Amino acid sequence: MTMVYEDHGDEISDVPMRRIRFSVNGQKKIAEVEPRLLLAHLIRRGLGLTGTHMGCDTTNCGACTVLVDGRPVKSCTMLAVQADGREISTVEGLATASELHPLQEGFKEEHGLQCGFCTPGMMMAAKALLDENPDPSEEDVRWALSGNLCRCTGYQNIVKSVLWAADKLREEG
Amino acid sequence: MYPSRFRYEAPRSLDEAIATLRDGGDYAKVLAGGQSLVPLMKLRFASPELVVDINNVPGLDYHRADPDGTLRIGALCRHADLERSVLLKAAQPTMAAAAPVIADPIVRTRGTLVGSLCHADPQGDWASVVLALGGSVVAQGPRGRRTIPMAGFVTGPFENVLEPDEVAVEAVIPPATGTRAGGYLKLERRVGDFATVGVAVALDISGGTVTSAGIALTGVGGSTIAATDAARALAGQPLTAQSIEMAAGLAAEAARPRTDHRGSADYKRHMVHTFVTRILRRAGGSGVDGTGVAGTAERAA
Ligand SMILES: Cc1cc2nc3c(=O)[nH]c(=O)nc-3n(C[C@H](O)[C@H](O)[C@H](O)COP(=O)(O)OP(=O)(O)OC[C@H]3O[C@@H](n4cnc5c(N)ncnc54)[C@H](O)[C@@H]3O)c2cc1C
Ligand code: FES
Ligand code: FES
Repeated sequence: MTMVYEDHGDEISDVPMRRIRFSVNGQKKIAEVEPRLLLAHLIRRGLGLTGTHMGCDTTNCGACTVLVDGRPVKSCTMLAVQADGREISTVEGLATASELHPLQEGFKEEHGLQCGFCTPGMMMAAKALLDENPDPSEEDVRWALSGNLCRCTGYQNIVKSVLWAADKLREEG
Repeated sequence: MYPSRFRYEAPRSLDEAIATLRDGGDYAKVLAGGQSLVPLMKLRFASPELVVDINNVPGLDYHRADPDGTLRIGALCRHADLERSVLLKAAQPTMAAAAPVIADPIVRTRGTLVGSLCHADPQGDWASVVLALGGSVVAQGPRGRRTIPMAGFVTGPFENVLEPDEVAVEAVIPPATGTRAGGYLKLERRVGDFATVGVAVALDISGGTVTSAGIALTGVGGSTIAATDAARALAGQPLTAQSIEMAAGLAAEAARPRTDHRGSADYKRHMVHTFVTRILRRAGGSGVDGTGVAGTAERAA
């Protein structure tokens, strides 16, 4: 994997590169990164996983949410080097080759998206919630998603989608 | 947005972290949760030459009570750990009330209480809470450990008394002199916004008498405000309608709010009065188990 960095005229050897090992959606990876590279950029540009969106770039919107060791993190606000030794999960890891994840099905069934920009972040925040609490109340869902902004839907259907997925996941056991 | 170029070290022990900071030259920064530092670096408001990431230092993610009731919150204890804490729900109503209203749930996964104190944002919620509780910060450097009372820890907006080669290792809350009561109420426009007004009240009550009291205010001045006169009006007597009114009035007087996009100065001062009254009434009525301070974020448009 090749990353390209801005050339500020300093010696190439001065660019403090670090080698990191991590996994993304269950696949082991090695990357050479400059410490100031953000996790969101490693995911989008380095790994080519552009399902993780960047909305605000200021830690407000949650569009860039991924799971790091199972916990939701705004990937625009974590350094890529900090992924060393960690497991990253992105929206691409939800579906299998033939089947949507219940969260994705839920968003489809309950019309949980319009433009879809916020959706990957919503789904990953929701996944973190359902992993911890398989039977959330509506209030639990609203609380868990309160760090994720949506400019389109008004949130009602997003909440319904997550509750739909929770039901489905419990049925599947 | 990218931070400017920096060197990065991720030491595996506290001693190594301190040695790295000591050798690190003029502009080194500790990285804890990164929820304030990384945004600042991206905006180039901070451009450290060296970032010392303490996230791989083992044994700093605790929060626990000593046998005497002293509470210790390690440098890697996240806001989310405190939000879920059974210990705080049982023993520390002011902190239990504040934890769920810091930032948003995803920021809380990484951000730390100690980092928040170090960041010294005049709008930060934990500073008020720890100030009201009479807490302190323990710092460790090449010359050993020292304990710095919260009241003297912050020297100005985004400034604290730490030496460049010191790491804040924990925050300490002294044991109760009676049964704990109190709470934290925050008025915010939406989740993740800083406080329009925040009020921290910490009481110890013994035999119906307030044995110690602390009140501190967030968002209504250029710094966190200790409302010491208001707290003094409560100490040494039972909570009565008169003492509550007296304390609320003195706290409102201590506030130095400014009119801005979050509201007028008068409105904010009024809300300080309302919040102090509300927390104290609940403390008087519902006792000390923290349940009396449910619904700790009052959201306004
Ligand atoms: C969208 C958003 C909303 C927020 N809303 C709120 C809010 O409502 N209320 C609130 O109080 N905060 C809020 N915050 C800030 C948040 O609480 C941060 O987590 C906190 O201010 C800093 O903690 P941190 O662990 O992330 O520290 P970092 O960002 O890692 O560090 C902050 C500063 O403290 C220093 N530092 C950190 N730890 C140590 C240490 N152990 N020893 C020495 N120096 C140290 C760093 O060098 C840096 O200068 C918000 C942040 C965001 C992004
Ligand atoms: S892009 Fe990361 S929070 Fe908006
Ligand atoms: S669907 Fe458009 S931002 Fe949420």
